[in-house]
Formats: sequence, C-alpha cells, structure tokens
Amino acid sequence: MTGGGRTARTAQEALLMNLLDELEARSIAILREAYFRVTPLAMLWSMGKDSTALLWLARKAFFGSVPFPVVLLDTDMELPEVYAFRDELSRSWNLDYRSEHCPPESSVDRTLPPASRAAARKTAGLRELVARERYRGIVVGIRRDEQAMRAKERVFSPRLADGAWDLKHQPPELWDVYHTDIPDDRHLRVHPLLDWTEIDVWRYTKREHIPVVPLYFARDGMRYRSLGEKNITRPIRSNAATIDEIIAELESTRDPERAGRTMDSETEDAFERLRTGGYM
Amino acid sequence: MTIAAVETQPQLRVVAVGHVDHGKSTMIGRLLHDTGNLPDGKVEELTAASVRRGDTFEWSFALDAMQSERDQAVTIDTTRIWLRTPTRDVVLIDAPGHEEFLRNMVTGASDADAALLLVDAHDGLGEQTRRHVRVLELIGVTHAVVAINKMDRVGYDRARYDAIRRELEQLLEHAGVRPLAFVPTCARDGENLVSIAPAMPWYDGPTVLAAMLAVPPASAARGDGFRLAVQGVVRRDLRRIVVGRVENGTVTVGDRLAAMPGGRIARVAAIASFPETHKTEASAGESIGLEFEGRSFIDRGDVLADVQSPPALTDRFRARLLWLGRAPLRVGDGLRMRYGTRAVAVTVATLDRVLDIGSLDRGGGNEARTNDIADVSFACAETLPIDPVSAHPGLARFVLLDGVDIVAGGTILEALAPERAARSNVVPVAHLLSAGDRRRRGGHRGVVVWLTGLPASGKSTIAMELERRLVEHGASAYVLDGDNVRAGLCSDLGFSREDRIENVRRVGAVAALFADAGTIAIAAFISPYRAGRHAAREATGDDFHEIYIKADADACEARDPKGHYRKARAGELPDFTGITGDYEVPLDPELTLDTTVLSIEASVETLFSYVLRISEVDHTR
Repeated sequence: MTGGGRTARTAQEALLMNLLDELEARSIAILREAYFRVTPLAMLWSMGKDSTALLWLARKAFFGSVPFPVVLLDTDMELPEVYAFRDELSRSWNLDYRSEHCPPESSVDRTLPPASRAAARKTAGLRELVARERYRGIVVGIRRDEQAMRAKERVFSPRLADGAWDLKHQPPELWDVYHTDIPDDRHLRVHPLLDWTEIDVWRYTKREHIPVVPLYFARDGMRYRSLGEKNITRPIRSNAATIDEIIAELESTRDPERAGRTMDSETEDAFERLRTGGYM
Repeated sequence: MTIAAVETQPQLRVVAVGHVDHGKSTMIGRLLHDTGNLPDGKVEELTAASVRRGDTFEWSFALDAMQSERDQAVTIDTTRIWLRTPTRDVVLIDAPGHEEFLRNMVTGASDADAALLLVDAHDGLGEQTRRHVRVLELIGVTHAVVAINKMDRVGYDRARYDAIRRELEQLLEHAGVRPLAFVPTCARDGENLVSIAPAMPWYDGPTVLAAMLAVPPASAARGDGFRLAVQGVVRRDLRRIVVGRVENGTVTVGDRLAAMPGGRIARVAAIASFPETHKTEASAGESIGLEFEGRSFIDRGDVLADVQSPPALTDRFRARLLWLGRAPLRVGDGLRMRYGTRAVAVTVATLDRVLDIGSLDRGGGNEARTNDIADVSFACAETLPIDPVSAHPGLARFVLLDGVDIVAGGTILEALAPERAARSNVVPVAHLLSAGDRRRRGGHRGVVVWLTGLPASGKSTIAMELERRLVEHGASAYVLDGDNVRAGLCSDLGFSREDRIENVRRVGAVAALFADAGTIAIAAFISPYRAGRHAAREATGDDFHEIYIKADADACEARDPKGHYRKARAGELPDFTGITGDYEVPLDPELTLDTTVLSIEASVETLFSYVLRISEVDHTR
C-alpha cells in the first residue's frame, strides 16, 4: 500500500470514529434520560447484535453496571447458541437478568400468519410483564432502518394501556427535549438505537470489542444476518466469517436485513399489525 | 455504481418539506430508485400492491409503508430513509405536508441539518410552503435545497420557474434560511434529480442530489464558554458521578465550574469513563461523567457553566414558539416548560405578536391559535439560567406541556430583566450563589432577629447573650446595636426624629445584607416607629422576625443601667423615647418577651430556641 493510500484510510477511519462517537453519545444521553425520568424501567435483550450493543452502551452510560433489569421475552424457541451466549454474558457482565416466559402459541390470534405467531407470543409476554411489574419504561434496541414501520418511531414512544401503539396520534418529539409525561396507565418504549444503521452497529461492535453470538459468522457458506426464533429464521448465503467481512458484505448488498425473517413478508401489512398491537 | 457507505463526510440529515401534494414522497421514492437505494424486489412488491388495489404505481409507496397512508395516498407521520451515495450518507426525513399533521412535520424538521423544499410549479406557493419555511426558521434549519417541481405541468416554462423562484427567494431571505439551489424538477420522471434533464436546457444549476451533497456541515452559531445540562448523578461505590452531554465548549480536569442557578462553584476532580480511560478533557457533543472535589451539591436540572461566562439568571424571558394546542394560547396561561434537563412552571406574561403566515409581515393579535408561530414573554416563579438560542441552541430549546400533552415547541430568544428588580433603574449584577447555597454552606438560614422595645427593656443584654449562645452552637450570628453602627455607618447622624428614622433605615438595610450573606443578624434598637420597622421588614422579606422586648416605662426607668432616664429627666436628652418621645408598640410581632415577667435567662432561652427553629440550624453539624 502506498503512503497516500494509508493516509486516506486513516482520515476515513478518523471520520468514522466521529460518526460512531456521535451515535454513542446520543444513545448514552437517551439511556440516562430514561433512567432518571422513567421509573421503574427495564430493558429487553434478545441476545442479537443490536440489543447486545445497547447493553454495552448501558454499561458505558452507568460506568460498568446496568442499573435496571434486563429481560428476555422467552419463547423457548431461540437457537441453542443464543441461550449459551446469554448465560455467559449475564454472568460476566453481572446483569440483573430475567426470563419472561411467553404464553403458548395456542393462546394467540389464529388469524395471524403462522410465522408471525412467535412475535404475537412475545407481544403477549411483554404485555403481561409490564402489567405485573408496573414498568413505566421499556428500553428496546430497534432501529429505523430495519423496517418501514420502525422508521416512523419516536425515541420516547408512548404505549396505550394495553401496550398498543397509537401511531396516528404520536406526540411531537422536538430535538432532544424528550416527552416522558404520560398518564398513569401507560408505559413508554424507549429506543436509543433508532438512528443507527445495521452497518453502524457492526462497526461499533468491532470498535468496542462487543461479544456477539457466533451464528452471525459464516460456516459452510451460510450465516444468520438477523436472529429470530429457530423455526422462522433462515440463514443467508454468505462467506463472511469476520466482522470486517460482514461489513464488506453489507456495503455491497441490496437485500433487506430481515430477508431471513419470514414473519415480515407473509402479508403486506403483517408487520404493521404486529407493531400497532404492541410488538417491538 | 457502488453504494458503499463512504465516510469521507459526516452523515447529512435532510427534511423534505412543502405544501401537501407538491410531491415530497414521490421525490424521495424516485431519488431512492435513481441512486440504487431501493432493495431488490421493492419496486415489484409495490407494483403488485398497486395492482391489487387497482391503482397506478406511485413512487411515494416506497415511503408510505403505513397501510392507512397507502389508502389515503397522503403522508401522515414523519419517516426516515437512508440514501447512500458515493460521497456521503444522506438521511432523508419525509415530513407530512398536511396542516393537520404539522406536529409531525416539526418533529421531522427538528432533527435535520438542511431542508429539501418542494413547490409545485403549476400551483405556486401554498400556505404550508410559507408555514414550513417559518417552522424551519423556528427549529433552526438554516440551509435549503429548493425543488420547483412538476415542471411538466407548466410545459417546462422558464418564466414560470423564474417567477416562483423570485417569490421563494424573498420568503427564504425573510426567514433567514439560505437557499443552496433552485432546481426545476419533475420528480415522477426523475428529471434533474440525479441527472440533468434534456427537457430544460435553459437550467445550468446542479441536480437535487448534487445540491444536497453540497450542503455545508452544520455550523451552529455558538456562544462562549462551557455548558452542560446535568441529567443526574450516578453513584458507583463511593463515587458521585455527575452525568450529562456537553452542549458547548471543553472541560478539563481541574476546571472550576459554576452550577446554575445556584451558582456554587466546584472543581472537576476527574472525568469518569467505562472502561476506564483516564480521560482529562471532554468537549461538545460528548456524553460524560464528572467527579468533583469536596462535598458535592450538583444535581439534575443544574446547568454547569464555566465561571467566566455563565448564563443569565432571571425569572423573565422572551421566546418564539409554534403553538400546537387545540385551545388558543393567551396572556396569563400557565403551562409547564421542559428545557435542558429542567421542568418549570411558566406563565405567559405578554403575547407580543402572532406571525401572519400569509404575508411577510410580523402580525399582531392577542391569542395564538393551533399552528400559529408567536413571540411571547414568559414569567417564572423561580430564577432560571437562561441562554438565548443564538448562543447555546441546545439549552434554549423547549417544549410546553399542558398536563401530559405537548402543546408547543420553541426557542428562547433572550433573557429579560428579572421582575423583582424591574421597579428600580438599578441593573442588577446577579449573585452566582442562591440563598439555598449559602444556607447549605452555613448550615442555617440567614435571618434578621429585630429586637424592639423601650430603653432599658433588656434588648442589648438579650441580644448579646443570644449571639453568644448561637455562635457556641456553631451558627454565624452578629449583633447590630447603637454602639457599633453609630461608630461608623451612622456617625453622621444625631438623635433628632429625622436622624433616628434614617438610623433605623440604614440598620434595616444592613441587617438584610447580613441575612442575605447567611448570617443571623440580631438588631437591638429602640426603633420606635412602626413605619421604620416595617421598612426593615420589607428590606429583608420572609426572613425578618420582629421580637418585642416588652417592659413598661416605669420598669425601664427603675432599671436605667446607662443612666439615660436620669439624664432625660434632667432635660439632657431631648426626644428620649419613653419620656418625651413616642414609642409605637408592635401590633403583630413574631414573638413577645415580657421582661417584667420573664427573667433575662428565661427570655434568652425562649428566644434562642425560637431562632434555632426559624434559621433551621442543622443540629448534625
């Protein structure tokens, strides 16, 4: 490599640091606002790359320990590698980890397409969790670039008493003067990663050395780009076996991130129905 | 082309605004397509959806994913789309053009670096065109790329383009929004979006994409000094870490920072981080944790500022706001305001003007209706740190709440003179410390204990004994009496009625300052006139306590420790109170000590316990 090329790469890396620093600073500020203004508060952790990066941000925001419970909406259908990752990290990061066992599939709306039923179980599990623990805020690691419905989210997003998202009457959200004043029977979803993209999360994961479930890395020409329940999530064709290779792959792909998640595409409005009903 | 995210320039956030149906969503959908940013299969998916509905294909469907939006073909809520280009990542924020959804438009705009303003070439400027430009001004978006769209509807006529451009130039200049380009476009056909259209050979400017990519990096006007709004305190083991995001400037370990509005000053001992980095400096934009030397008093809501250029402290300020409430806003309305990390109660003191959207003039009006932009002044019951939007925009932005509903967003234009000082022509230089700070430092309130009564009623004896007891108890106390004030402060005064009134006035003012400084000021003066004692009370406020040392003239004359009664009887002391002067008995003293009944010791004991209570002496110290 020539000297000039090295310089250019270094300059690019420096600017990239700025973008990640900006995203990190904003997410930390959001987590702190949530912690100081919304009590009691809990965070959802699916063990995917996004919510694990969010956990790391929470450790940074509160200097090493996460000051609120970390909850898995458990359908007992996660892949075994995912459960192993959970056990390891909850121990080494000293998390206040809790499992919320979701109601069985037989209890959810049968008109939903089959692949959406796991999401409906999680929605029901979350509703029970919030009602029982009287949580006023649930921190969730969703991003706007994942899905068109999530692109319309607020950072502090109020939910109706039954957990539903009243997306036609969302309150204004101006600058970073966040709205946390809600009636007693409501709760807030807090979304610190809304402005991040998939590639941002991977670059940040690499920079901060955040652990990830090994399923994201290719084995035998296949890898998981997005992790969901084992019966409804498929790996994609890929040879990306390192974070750098994943980033390179994402820079050139035109496939949507959730292409392996069958629940999104079964019917035109499947995801909207899930989200307005209270799904993450 | 590759759509690799290139990091040579920071991400740019552009909000698309303009009147309803002037083509915003179509423009964004087409831009996505022409830059290769639509996922494979998206156009086919949307075409299939259109066919199912019996519609023709619309580019806006790429954005309006919400079911109801597709049904109504109108954008309801703001959304975001990532547009990757070879030189820069652009986040397009699509905002609704319908007046009904202005709250969502302003939500989208408040996150943008620049605007993409669309105007229909055939219809010309609409009401929402004008309103959106005013909202951009209010929100602080200073640059715009203008697309004069649907040029096909006017036969690509240059004269029509020029006429609309002139009108827009005037509007934008008035609002302080800088146009970067006026691009004639037909979004549906992709003309002049990414590549130059042959249909308009007379246009020699950039395409919409090129103009967006040339938006200069955000360069917010910044004031002087360091600012951080405290989000809260995180406790880790024995450490007390003050957290917040740096709004402006730089902080270095060892810096002295003032915590406003209290004004107490603390020195930065460390910048906390996890994992530990031993950072010694932090600057604007960073979310940080600060540890301070000594006892910490800083808490959520405080603004940390450098000592040299702190924010103004006042209870009055002028602001511009976008009113989103259903009921009109009027003078006298009480609302809750969130700004920085504070929430405070405010009252509309004046409604200076309501902007007339239709004309370029600043309008009048005595109420602001839904979606009006208005200039108002607010009064607040507490003193607040106020930075204007021109200096520290992040600390000047606010929302107003009525109950749990957001009813306005706006920015603070300037601090006004505090209401309490407005009566005089004195321009106050505000203390950086509050009474609360001084109280915490001294362990008690500063108060005035004003002993009034006839000569020889026991005032001085009780005062001196009280002072000794309080100081022994760890409090700060000091006696003001005739002997020490007439030696200097009042050495120019005699004993005429006028001079004695002036003497009491001066003592009242000095005692108030002692109390403000955090001391228990014990004033022992005959102070015969109610008016004089009332003036002393006015000078101090709530912390003034009138103690009537009661003893009738006969009892006092019998004591006569200084021989004054004897001299007065001999005619040597004219106007001596109790014999020839009048003493106006207190009508409603806080405490009466009848020294003809109580011993001096019992009087002192009673007064001592009273003063401990009113000055809130901290017994734990």
